[in-house]
Amino acid sequence: MTVFQSQISTQSDAYKKNYADMSALVEKLRMLNARAPAKSAARKERFEKRGQLLPRDRLARLLDPGMPYFEIGNLAGYLLDTQDEEKSIPGSTIMSGIGYVNGARCAIVTDDSGIKAGAMTVAGGYRLKRAQEIALAQKLPFIHLVESAGGDLMNYTVDGFLEGGSLFANLARLSKAGLPVIAILHGSSTAGGAYMPGLSDYVVAVKGRGKAFLAGPPLLKAATGEIATEEELGGAEMHASISGLAEYLAEDDGEAVLLAREIVSRLHWNDRCGPAPSKSFSEPVYDPDEILGVVPVDYRKPYDMREVIARTVDGSDFSDFKPGYGVSTVCVQAEVFGQPCGIIGNNGPIDPDGATKAAQFMQLCDQADTPLVFLQNTTGYLVGKQYEQAGMIKHGSKMIQAVTNVSVPRITFMIGASYGAGNYGMCGRGYDPDFCVTWPNASTGVMGGEQAAQVMSIVAEGQAAAKGVEVNREQLAMQEKMLAHLFNSQSSAFYTSGRCLDDGMIDPRDTRKTLGFLLATVNEARRREVKPNSFGIARM
Amino acid sequence: MTEKHRTISSILIANRGEIACRVIRTAKSMGIRTIAVYSEADAAAPHVQMADDVRLIGPAPVSESYLRIDRILEAAKETGADAIHPGYGFLSENADFARACAEAGVIFIGPPPDAIEVMGDKAKAKRRMIKAGVPCVPGYEGEDQADDTLLREAKTVGFPIMVKAAAGGGGRGMRLVEREADLAAAIATARSEAENAFGSGNLILERAIVRPRHIEIQVFADAHGHVVHLGERDCSVQRRHQKVLEEAPSPAVDPDLREKMGAAAAKAARDIDYEGAGTVEFLLGDDGAFYFLEMNTRLQVEHPVTEMITGLDLVEMQIRVARGEPLPVHQQTIALNGHAIEARLYAEDVSAVFLPAAGPIELWRAPAGARVDTGITSGGEASAHYDPMLAKIIAHGATREDARRQLIAALEKTALFGVATNRTFLINALRKQDFISGDATTAFISENFTDDELAAPALSEVEAAMAAVILHRLAQNAFVQKATGRVNQLLGWSSATPIATPYRFAVGEDSIAVAVTAESADACRVSLNGHELSVEIKEFHAPQAILQIDGARHRVFFHQPADEPERLFFSLGARDFDVVNLNAVMASAAASAGAGAVTAPMHGSLTEIFVKVGETVSKGQRVAVLEAMKMQHDLVAGVDGAVAAIHADIGAQIAAGAALIEIEETGA
Repeated sequence: MTVFQSQISTQSDAYKKNYADMSALVEKLRMLNARAPAKSAARKERFEKRGQLLPRDRLARLLDPGMPYFEIGNLAGYLLDTQDEEKSIPGSTIMSGIGYVNGARCAIVTDDSGIKAGAMTVAGGYRLKRAQEIALAQKLPFIHLVESAGGDLMNYTVDGFLEGGSLFANLARLSKAGLPVIAILHGSSTAGGAYMPGLSDYVVAVKGRGKAFLAGPPLLKAATGEIATEEELGGAEMHASISGLAEYLAEDDGEAVLLAREIVSRLHWNDRCGPAPSKSFSEPVYDPDEILGVVPVDYRKPYDMREVIARTVDGSDFSDFKPGYGVSTVCVQAEVFGQPCGIIGNNGPIDPDGATKAAQFMQLCDQADTPLVFLQNTTGYLVGKQYEQAGMIKHGSKMIQAVTNVSVPRITFMIGASYGAGNYGMCGRGYDPDFCVTWPNASTGVMGGEQAAQVMSIVAEGQAAAKGVEVNREQLAMQEKMLAHLFNSQSSAFYTSGRCLDDGMIDPRDTRKTLGFLLATVNEARRREVKPNSFGIARM
Repeated sequence: MTEKHRTISSILIANRGEIACRVIRTAKSMGIRTIAVYSEADAAAPHVQMADDVRLIGPAPVSESYLRIDRILEAAKETGADAIHPGYGFLSENADFARACAEAGVIFIGPPPDAIEVMGDKAKAKRRMIKAGVPCVPGYEGEDQADDTLLREAKTVGFPIMVKAAAGGGGRGMRLVEREADLAAAIATARSEAENAFGSGNLILERAIVRPRHIEIQVFADAHGHVVHLGERDCSVQRRHQKVLEEAPSPAVDPDLREKMGAAAAKAARDIDYEGAGTVEFLLGDDGAFYFLEMNTRLQVEHPVTEMITGLDLVEMQIRVARGEPLPVHQQTIALNGHAIEARLYAEDVSAVFLPAAGPIELWRAPAGARVDTGITSGGEASAHYDPMLAKIIAHGATREDARRQLIAALEKTALFGVATNRTFLINALRKQDFISGDATTAFISENFTDDELAAPALSEVEAAMAAVILHRLAQNAFVQKATGRVNQLLGWSSATPIATPYRFAVGEDSIAVAVTAESADACRVSLNGHELSVEIKEFHAPQAILQIDGARHRVFFHQPADEPERLFFSLGARDFDVVNLNAVMASAAASAGAGAVTAPMHGSLTEIFVKVGETVSKGQRVAVLEAMKMQHDLVAGVDGAVAAIHADIGAQIAAGAALIEIEETGA
């Protein structure tokens, strides 16, 4: 037992200020999380009149009561639909998450037809694609509750059309990988969307509501002049009895969800997954709630990452690896809910010693088959004559090589600064961590806005001096301002999360729970046996 | 039985259920070996578990098992039983059985066959008692059973009038007739029921004493000519002429009246050379006059209230008397201590005129702090073949009010799920002013209960919230078991938006929607009817949960049947519920059970079908008759329409809830 001794006083002014600042950001997150459900629920009457359930109610009925649920890309699309911070709907027209159905951990995608009739958007497409990728990587059955108006013709882009193809390819990959794909047709699934059920292994269609056709009556009339009804072209009953696209016909949304639960139950999915090793553990000595007061919102104010770790891991107990070497890079071994992990965090910029320490630590974790967790709070690798000459590039490269090539699961938390190559070395988005989760105070960029602005001014001054001309100070000041804005406006966690650059934003107090859930997810995948096949299951 | 001091070292109990268990308990305490007999339906019953030796005596129907004298005596012979205790019901008042026992050399623990015979025929008994000088109700108990004679005699006796099976008991073959016009029909049905139940259609007529109290005197006689009475029991609260609440002493009997009634009862016993335990029943008018009703020549169901106030073990006394020992008490030494009340817990549908119910006993939990005589167990069954009484709960207090309060508390802590019971009704009855003040008469139920009060309770908002929270928690527990990862610390957690699990329960014709949003493993928010309740689960150990709802604590008993995750039995205080989460029921399954189906209200056999396929019927029309629990139940059409299908033949054994006749609704 090496229980960490916290240096934090919860009575201090700094703690209280941190707590208040972070609480404001958490409140903003809560408010943004509540927007899509409220907007969708406003259509409740219309859904009820049609005998339908609201998409969130479909999801709630599909999920096992009380079991945990991790939402993928909860802020995806924020400020993408509109620049208006007050009106933008984070999460867009699709809900993605990992939840339990009859005790089986599943990736679940729910079209939110309460918003824009479930029409496909960039953010919606991202949430769908990420859920598919996660299902594939984590060996999860994939369930899609379909009701979508299809592509948004009014905002058509050819790139969206071409890239959208991967959404169907992924279904084929899942089926091939031995991961069942289940679709419930609650409503329309038109054009390309029709391949969604077509590429699913199991299709449940809701009588009178579920529809799937390559061309609906309007397009059919426009394309061939043929006149046919929706029911004839792709009604649930037609598909269940004539085309064979649907395996199960449900009376209503509720029954469809019950049928999907039954399908999952018949997979006996957990029969081929050994139980998690049973290990006893204790809750952290320090309350995870204190995280809000431990971390300054301003990343320029340093703090000891161990204070965060102590409020995340079992018993606040961890082993500090090389604490006296490369001191601003913190490497510890600990457990969360009894699940071992190697945690790498930053107490500042990464120096050559820190980089080699981290690279070695990652290799050790890989050797012990221990998942890696990154707590990013770095302004980057150290620069300057001393560090360049000490081999910062080659040492940093070792770290990047290690982070790229370890074979253990990696989970990244963006909890503060994430600048420059520090983002790379600490398993940023480009390094395809199994999961990448953001805190609301995180700040990301190739460099700070002020630095970028000054760099460009210095370059301009240098060019002017070389030409022997006077620099335009006024113009330079304006350029500095503009550049600072360009960088800073894109650095906020709300912005990056909205741009689909993570798997979701969490309340920092939920870090232990999130990490515990994600570690369980990756560990379960490692224990699970699946039965892949060569081509996916063909619909007969 | 004049033979003195016979040895009884083993007893065969020719009965089942609570009374068999009761007798076994006392016998064991006396060091006597016990032998149980059982039917195929009772193979796992508690009385079989308790006995030292057991014998199977036949299939479930009583006529093929518990009424089979030959098989019982064979079992007695095989097991070397010295004596047979008949309990109550079955062969307990069968003189032939008592004689057969004697012939087989087995002691019958009960009165001599002649005494049974005299009292077994109500008409004979009444004639005998009139002769002995015991006051009797005016009536007709003649041997001429012609309908004309009965109709003529009825006019002499006067209305209202009771038509009773001469060989009867237990309310069967018994009809109250208010007007002369209804008499002929009542005689016909009573006769038919009497024939079915007792093998004799003989009837007697009696003036119905309006709002009488039902008072009975426990008597005990030994083979040495001693007769004592152990005071009275008041059994005025009855439904379907069967007792539900019994107490001792009676609030309507003072020492003086007790002395008079006791003396009359003892006189009756002496007159017929009685031996053992017996009960002389009287009707007590509001003028203080009392009339001999009948004598039960056996141990009564309600004997425990007498035991509680006298401190005597009546079964032990029966065994001692049967051994030929003198009574261990004298009239002067019998002191009545405090007050005892017994409630009979029945499997019955109170809302459907207390019709007996049959079905599984999913969960039985006896309360602490009261005497509980029972012969059921969780996982057992309330069988349509036998009496629907499940348990007797008896409270004893220094005063009547103490006993009443204790009994209510005990009943509130009693949980029985699976089959409908009268638990709620019992508690409500004990709370009625007429009962509190000791004024209950045999008209108590009709005077104190409206149909609404007897109807199954409708879920309140708080109860609907409880049902949803318990179902939510049960599901959570089940899925935690099924999941392979670590989830205990993550229960109720959602990383971004909360998940509100929707539930829906029927409330009368309507339904209530309830959404449960978990906040942790033990706390949740519940929204219903546009507002929110905050619920904390303080304790959750089946079958008990303690839920704190908006600050108020509720203790709930609950049970979920195996393989029915959408269903929940629960009780809160006096109220029992059997709810189903309609959201978990597939719409196609719900649609198949339509209003046009005529279903069996209980297990029984179909005795008549009045309609043919294709025939037009109107709502309320009688379409078939189901005989169950020796009573005939009319089955009526629920809708106007045409008979689409008939699924059973006359004589078929029908399970409760089975669809018998389908009616296609007109215009549907």
